[in-house]
Amino acid sequence: MSITVKLPTQLRDAAGGAASVQAEGATVGDALESVFRSHEELRDRLYMDGDLRRFVNVYLGGEDIRFLDGLQTAVPDGGELTILPAVAGG
Amino acid sequence: MAAKQLKCRECGTEYALEALYVCSKCFGPLEVGYDHSGLEDVASVRRRIQGGPQNIWRYHDFLPLEGPQPRTRTGLPAGCTPLIRADRLAERLGLGEVWVKNDAANPTHSFKDRVVSVAATRARELGFDTLACASTGNLANSVAAHGAALGMESYVLIPADLEEQKVLATGVYGTNLVKVHGNYDDVNRLCTELSGDRDNWAFVNINMRPYYAEGSKTVAYEIAEQLGWELPDRCVVPIASGSLYTKIAKGFQEFIDVGLIDGDVPTMNGAQATGCSPVATAFADGKDFCRPVKPSTIAKSLAIGNPADGPYALDLARATGGSIDMVGDDEIRAGIRLLAETTGIFTETAGGVTTAVLRKLAESGEIGRDERVVVVITGEGLKTLDAVRDSFTAHLVDPTIESFEASFAESARV
Repeated sequence: MSITVKLPTQLRDAAGGAASVQAEGATVGDALESVFRSHEELRDRLYMDGDLRRFVNVYLGGEDIRFLDGLQTAVPDGGELTILPAVAGG
Repeated sequence: MAAKQLKCRECGTEYALEALYVCSKCFGPLEVGYDHSGLEDVASVRRRIQGGPQNIWRYHDFLPLEGPQPRTRTGLPAGCTPLIRADRLAERLGLGEVWVKNDAANPTHSFKDRVVSVAATRARELGFDTLACASTGNLANSVAAHGAALGMESYVLIPADLEEQKVLATGVYGTNLVKVHGNYDDVNRLCTELSGDRDNWAFVNINMRPYYAEGSKTVAYEIAEQLGWELPDRCVVPIASGSLYTKIAKGFQEFIDVGLIDGDVPTMNGAQATGCSPVATAFADGKDFCRPVKPSTIAKSLAIGNPADGPYALDLARATGGSIDMVGDDEIRAGIRLLAETTGIFTETAGGVTTAVLRKLAESGEIGRDERVVVVITGEGLKTLDAVRDSFTAHLVDPTIESFEASFAESARV
């Protein structure tokens, strides 16, 4: 199962400069784990105490995973995850 | 300049004063750090402020700009809005002393002109040629207008269902107006993605965010100065992302730290609409983080379901003995009417939220009669006319004295 994970500019140096990486897994959490296996530095940047840091937003097909099942959200084959920093003020 | 670096609020990592907004180590937000050691002579700082222009640039010593004080007869100078003593509002609510900070009296009729002035000026210093933003409306007005005033190209992205008044008052400035199918959080996500690949675009509320947010401190500076260099006991402030609310407290703290005013940061009360209340809900639940929501409220300028500064707003409310409360759409409409009928100030829905929360706090006995309270009104009622439609009736008469008198009670007759 192949999933595309899009990285924000702030994380690309930890992934060899790539704007996106391929991942494997049935859930968002599994997919991120597969990314960490090849890019270990990303783990500390995104996770704290085993969960996403509070200013990290992850979207599946444009929907914030906190509206779905969080890291347990199922990801379809060919799905696209987008990681973005939390920022707002309209 | 007094601004020295950008600093991560979460882990403390420092960065140069560039177009950065998020810590690359932990994703925490970056904030401008200052060195105010050049401001020991308080009397001279005060004189410099008082002798400054009638806009936010009088607080140049406390803003993150490299260059000299911006020329004030160009651009769209924001700030120095009225602080009105609202005795009739106080009396209606059984309070002692209430003041209204009317930020509708800015060039594009909301407090957003403060933040955009700072962001746009800093963007020019950093060499950007294009302004952009994700907006719930007021920011859209301000970015489009500042682009026009400064001769910068602008791109304004808004939710497609925004109030017509706010759409019209943006497009008129000749901006590239983009309506996005989705809510503000969708628009903001799109802009965050766009900002990563457009090096010459200054998204005022994304890659300019640390500078932008500093503009909100000027609300506090003005309140303190207008009260004769004194602090209020309590402020009631609306919360969307939580940025204005937290920066007003930062502004008071800075003035206290340099010795311009004595005392403590006021009790800070935050105001949200029930239909978009992630911060108020987290406050009520005793949490220190916010669960995002899908907004559904007439207060569209506060409809941010994923408030980036929510955790800091929660900390501030608790640290100052305040609270973050929510009010429903009917209370918001009633709040707009209450403010209008007692002060002559017509505010948009966000101001209805703020006024309604003031009423709620007053009715619950939360506010002492000896307290000096400031209510921050952030925007103009003409931007959200639907909120007052059908809330009153007009007398329709024939052009005769008989018809006029027939439609009124005894008191209006000769």
